[in-house]
Order: sequence, then structure tokens, then C-alpha cells
Amino acid sequence: MGPLMSSFRQLLRNTPEGLYCPPGDFYVDPVRPVDRAVITHGHSDHARGGHGSVLATPETLAIMAARYGQDFAGATEAAPYGKAIARGGVNVTMVPAGHVLGSAQAVLRWKDITIVVSGDYKRRRDPTCPLFEPVPCHVFVSEATFGLPVFRFPDAADEVAKLLKSVALFPERTHLVGAYALGKAQRIICLLRDAGYDKTLYMHGALASMNALYEQHGVALGPTAPATDAARNALPGEIVIAPPSAIADKWARRFADPIPAFASGWMTVRARARQRHVELPLVISDHADWDELTETITELKPEELWITHGSEDALLRWSELNGITAHALEIIGYEDEDE
Amino acid sequence: MKAFARLLDQLAFTPSRNAKLTLLRDYLGHAPDPERGWALASLTGALTFDAAKPAFIRKAAEARLDPLLFSLSYDFVGDLAETVALVWPARPGANREPELPEVVDALRTASRREVPQLLERWLDALDSNGRWALLKLLTGGLRVGVSARLAKQALAQMGDVPVADIEEVWHAQTPPYGDLFAWLEKRSARPGSDAPARFRPVMLAQAIDEATDFVRYAAADYAAEWKWDGIRVQAANEQGQRRLYSRTGEDIAAAFPDVLEALEFEGVIDGELLIFNDGHAAPFGDLQQRLNRKGADAKLMAKFPAGIRAYDLLMDGEEDLRALPFAQRRQRLEVFIARLTSSRIDLSPLQPFTSWEELARLRADPPEGDPRIAEGLMLKRWDSLYEAGRPKGPWFKWKRDPHLVDAVLMYAQRGHGKRSGFYSDYTFGVWREDANGDRSLTPVGKAYFGFTDEELKRLDKFVRDNTVDRFGPVRSVRADKDFGLVLEIAFEGLQRSSRHKSGVAMRFPRVHRIRWDKPAREADELPSLEKLLD
Ligand SMILES: [Zn+2]
Ligand SMILES: [Zn+2]
Repeated sequence: MGPLMSSFRQLLRNTPEGLYCPPGDFYVDPVRPVDRAVITHGHSDHARGGHGSVLATPETLAIMAARYGQDFAGATEAAPYGKAIARGGVNVTMVPAGHVLGSAQAVLRWKDITIVVSGDYKRRRDPTCPLFEPVPCHVFVSEATFGLPVFRFPDAADEVAKLLKSVALFPERTHLVGAYALGKAQRIICLLRDAGYDKTLYMHGALASMNALYEQHGVALGPTAPATDAARNALPGEIVIAPPSAIADKWARRFADPIPAFASGWMTVRARARQRHVELPLVISDHADWDELTETITELKPEELWITHGSEDALLRWSELNGITAHALEIIGYEDEDE
Repeated sequence: MKAFARLLDQLAFTPSRNAKLTLLRDYLGHAPDPERGWALASLTGALTFDAAKPAFIRKAAEARLDPLLFSLSYDFVGDLAETVALVWPARPGANREPELPEVVDALRTASRREVPQLLERWLDALDSNGRWALLKLLTGGLRVGVSARLAKQALAQMGDVPVADIEEVWHAQTPPYGDLFAWLEKRSARPGSDAPARFRPVMLAQAIDEATDFVRYAAADYAAEWKWDGIRVQAANEQGQRRLYSRTGEDIAAAFPDVLEALEFEGVIDGELLIFNDGHAAPFGDLQQRLNRKGADAKLMAKFPAGIRAYDLLMDGEEDLRALPFAQRRQRLEVFIARLTSSRIDLSPLQPFTSWEELARLRADPPEGDPRIAEGLMLKRWDSLYEAGRPKGPWFKWKRDPHLVDAVLMYAQRGHGKRSGFYSDYTFGVWREDANGDRSLTPVGKAYFGFTDEELKRLDKFVRDNTVDRFGPVRSVRADKDFGLVLEIAFEGLQRSSRHKSGVAMRFPRVHRIRWDKPAREADELPSLEKLLD
């Protein structure tokens, strides 16, 4: 390892608690409670409760408060997008990651080194959050949730059109769409509105608080109503949105001959959809697909690529073929919220 | 292909029989003819292909994607066709997406050797769902739970008729079921043996196997005629109804009003749609100007007048001739055509011969006139009845050998996927003499297959060792009278082209042999190539 490599490790290194920044004495998205944490976004595997202090975007802080209660951390500091904040000798700037509301890449600058911890990200337009901003860097720390060439996601609008076509074809049945409560659910709602669907959308109770939070942050969701108090054979011809676990649950039996749908990048693979008894797979993801991952790395041309979690093997191979130095960090504790 | 692929995808995920019915009914009600007919046939197993073996599909994918990335993907997905459909890299500027009838038509007529090239082109043009459907279709893996019974029920619902009514006529129906849909959509009467001008399923020829078939079959049992380079059509005029069908049952009359007008007869003929110049067949390129159009204006029809070269008679007035032997049908056809006054319909002449050897000589060196631009020969047993499909024995096609030309490698370009590290797309040229008598190479075509992986490595090394210039991904390779690499190129035909500097364009060029031994100055000259113009 050359001197450059060791200087990158001086700024950020992998520890059992997660990525640690010695000169700033903080962790990024730690998987265990720590004194000082920088949090990229509100998904529970990245944003855990019980840290001493948390630095995050105001939206992410609000999400954490909604999930874990107001006292989720000893102290908090809001870092709006683009504002550099000093932590020891390190400058920390949060930059949009395009993943969910408030999601950010943590840009760490120290001496003349820049490391970008991207958290989870995607490159596509999403009506619920600002677009990913590429930041030139020496080390790019990337996820690889969908790091296989099989994952090339179609246009989300086409997938929503598929859903609406099915609703028109089966007016006597309820369409039950499984979507993760933070981010995916609100994005689906916005996509449906963009497609001109202005009827009331019915919500599982678990979505209520995140929907309200998104609306408070200026993401208009249109008319929604709780689906939970519906009678038997309820809501024919309507769309109900629920957390993925609920669509195969007893809860789902109250609806009229429901068609189980699931919005996730994993729906790319037919066997995955069949395992979950999904009848209408919707390939909509808040993560980067293979092309987005490789194009982002090609665009940034970092001196090193560090891969946090996901399918590292294929991305490592691709990096080798493309002359990019890459390391897998194999961080234990990040899981994909789509599962 | 999109709608069909979408239907397959949905059927595969839908367990409920009622929901399957709804999906089918919706598709059949919206898809055009003959697509929906072919879709129905492939879903119910009335039409199956086993055109591509898994090993071939995997090899094709690994030529586009690093094999390690491919196996990581395959391990994850677990299904070969699905993996290939997902990982196949998009090729910007690829061809138009093929429609299902085109695919069916091509697969029914292509030889085993042609399938790989067709497949790659289709995969390039389709999206991942379309690729999945195509690969499932090609490997005979369409298992989406649609029985003939379910299909009939969907048809019954679509036309709002009892299922029994469908069953009564079903046995007489053949893909792509044009009559059936016309009836269900209240555009015509219930199909029976008497629906006028309906499409009669076509009889197709097998490719002859020169090694075995000539020993097995006697020359005296067969009639020979030239295989014209147009498109196969069925022209019908019955009880005032005129139709012009493609081989797959697609009604193409709208693009050929001139031909439709010439159908001044009562009956159904089988023949080749061609462009005629003073009674002579024009090359296929001329016909292409008129294909796939919604209509034709007077100017286009005057420039490219279309007609039919008839080679069979299916209906003579009200008499169905299909159960008669070819010898009798042929006599009836000659009388039938002689009665016509239009110059747009003529007779495909029989080519007399006494032995297979004599016929082989005729094929290698066709007589003056139209046979010179024929695609080869057709052999039809004198006693063959007109049977739908492709029975083995009664009809054979014996295509002309490909043309060969010795050309010199001029430029090379990097390939894709596994070949991305290699210079694998080759532009080659032949010699041309200018007014001063100086000879220089002029590019005449581009080939990117026909060589083995070993040969590719040697070719790539040759390109790198002999690069004289580079622009972007293209390298210019040393090629002059003293030095250069000769490639023997095989191709199917040659046409005039204003887009090419040399003025000619090849059909299906591929590297046939690499002539490491041959001096570049001995490669072919443009005038000898021009003699091969269609
Ligand atoms: Zn996330
Ligand atoms: Zn994550």
C-alpha cells in the first residue's frame, strides 16, 4: 500500500461499529450506538437510535425523531444540503443523494483529501427528493445493493402505467401495493399522481406518520384515506398501499380479491417475485441499478472505490476490468430496506 | 413484440384462471392481425420452435459481457433465458424492434445457420422483457398455463359467442386465425370451408441436404423451378373479395393496389411478389421500396411496378385443387394464367432437367435472364399434394451458394462485451483503378463474424501490429499493393448503393476464410464484384 492509501485510511477507516473518521472523531452511519454520528439518511439500518450526538440533514433528523421519538439522540445538529460544518479538522458537507427525503452523501474534506460516503443513492428523478449531485473525490464509498448486471431498472413511469392498466382491467379487485414505508410509498403516490391518477389512495396504518412528514416537507400526496377500517371485500377497484410485509398478511384478506403488487428493485428477477407470491411485480427502486452504479463510478473516476454493502463481487470485477482500485468493506449490519 | 411479451409476463405471474382469461381477452381484443394469431398459437402449443440451444444463447451473451460477470448474474437469477434477457447490453442505434409475425416468419424459413445472426439482431433491438419472451419462444419454454380450452374460452368471451361455436370451427382453423378473429369481431361470417378469399395455410419447402437427399430421391420424381427473390404471397379473388396475403397470413393489399387491381380471376394463386421491369424481375432491393407501407402513390407504383410470378393454384373458381398432385395443379395453373390479360401476373417457368448433376450445373450457372438473379432452385415432387406446413420430402429449396470475394482489410473497430478488448469489426475493400491507371482500395463492406476466437486473437494482433492511423475507436490498417491481409468474404447478394463510396452494398457479409497466405495485390477488383450485382 502506498502512502496515498494510508492517508485515505487516516481520514476514514472501517471498524466494527462502521466507518470511522479519526481526525473528526465521528462515525458515518454506524451500526451500533456511538458518541458522535453523521447519518446519511433515515432508513433504519443507516440511522439507528441511541447515539450521543447526530449530524444529519434537517429532514433526516425529523425522520429519526418520528421513528424513535424526540430524544433519539443526546444532541443533534442540522446540516442543510451544501453547508460545510467543521468537525475537528474535518469539513463535513451533506450533498443530495437522490435516495429518499433528506438523503445525503457525506462529503468529508481533510487536508487535501476528499472522501464521499454516498450512503444509499440513485441517479433518477424522484419527485420526493432532490437529484443526486456528483462530487469529485479521491475515494467514493458506494453501496452495491443492486450491483449485478441483471439489474437495469425500467422507467418508473412505465411500471406505474402497468399498475394503472391492471386497475382498469380488473375493476372488481383491489390492488395491494407493497412499498417500503419511508420513501418508496411516497414516491409511488407521487408517480401515480404524475400519471394522472387523482382518486383517493388507501393507506395501511404504518404509512401514516411518514406520509404526514413528507407532506410537512412540501411533498404533496393528494387525497389519501386509511384502509385499515375497511369492511370485508372492501375497496374493489381501488389502490391500497401497504408495507411489504402486510401484503401477504392476514390483514390483506379484508380486500376484494386483492392483486398483490410489490414495488422493489428485486422484482427484476422473476423467481424473487414468485417467492413472495407477487402477481404484479413493479420494478421501482430507490437504489442505483447496475448502469447507475457503473456510470457514477466512471463519471467520478475516484482513485479508490470502497463498497459498503450489497453484491460486491460483480462490482469488484467490473472495477478490475475498468482499471479502478476497489475494496469491499463488507460492513455487517446494512440491509436492504426493500427486503 | 412488446404487447405479447407483456402478456406472457403477466400470465406467468397470474395463478387465477379467471384473471388469465381477462388478460387473454384483453390482449386478443387489442393486438393486430396476424400478431394475435401467432401469439395464440404459441401460447397453446400449436406453434413451437426449438431454434436456439441454451449453449448457443449463453455463448452469444458471453460475447457481449465478461464471462465472470455473466456467471455471477446467472448464479443469482437461476434461469438462463432470463439472465441473458436481463444482462444483454443495449446497443444504441440497433434495428427497429421486431414484431412477432416477423419473428415467426423468419424462424419458419431461416436455416439453422441463419438463426444465430437473426437472434443477435433481435436481442439488440428489444427491451429486457421482449428479450425474455423471444428467448422463451425460441427455446420452446413458453409455459404460462394457457390450455387450448382456456384459449377457446377467451375467444368466446371476446366475440360474445358460446364456446361450442368456437369448438365447432376450431379444427379447421390454422394460425394466425385471421378468419376466426374477423368473425369474432363481426367483420365476416362464421368461418367454414366456404368463407371467400380466406387465407389458406401455406406449404413450405425444406432446405435440401446435398449430402443425403440426392441419393434418396430420384430426379425424375421432381419438377424444378427458379426460386425468385421476392416475397411469397397468396392472391385471392373469390366472390368479389380480393386479398393479397403474405406467407404468414398478413393482408398486405393496402401497399399493393396495382397488384390487387390485376387479380382479374376467380380463384387463389400462390406465387412470388416481385417488381417487374418490362416483364423481367427486378432485384429484391426494388421490392423493398414498396414493402411495409400503408399505401402506395402513383409515382411509387410507376417507378416500382409490382406483380406476381405464379407457381401454384390453390383454388380454380370454386374448385379446391389442394388435394390434387402438383403435376395436375401445374397444368391447371398454366391454363389459368394463360387466360389472364394483365401483364402483372405471369407464370414461373419450370426448368427442365434430366439428372441432379445437370440441375447442379444449371444452379451454378443459371441461363441468361431472370434466373441469373434467382436465389436458387425449388424442387417439387410431381405427386405432391398441397399440404400446410413444412413436410419433409415433397418440396425442397436449393439455395445458390454464397458469393465469395477476396478483399483486403482496411479498418478495424473494437467490438462489444467479451470482444470489447478486441478489434473485431472489419471494414474491407477491393481494388479500383482510377483514370490514370493507379490502383487503390475502395471499401465495399463490413463484417463482424465468421471467425473463431483463436482467429480473432490473430486478427486483433495483426490490427495492432499494423496500425497506420487511428480515429476514435477505429484503426486504419496498412493495406497497399505490397502488404495487407486478404479476407475471403462470403455474402448473399450485391446491390447498388449511393451511400457507399464504392457504389455497392453487400447482403449478409461475413468472413469466410482468412487468407494469411495471399498477397494483397491479388485481391479482387471492383469490376469483377460489380458483375455480381443483382
Ligand atoms: Zn436506504
Ligand atoms: Zn442501505
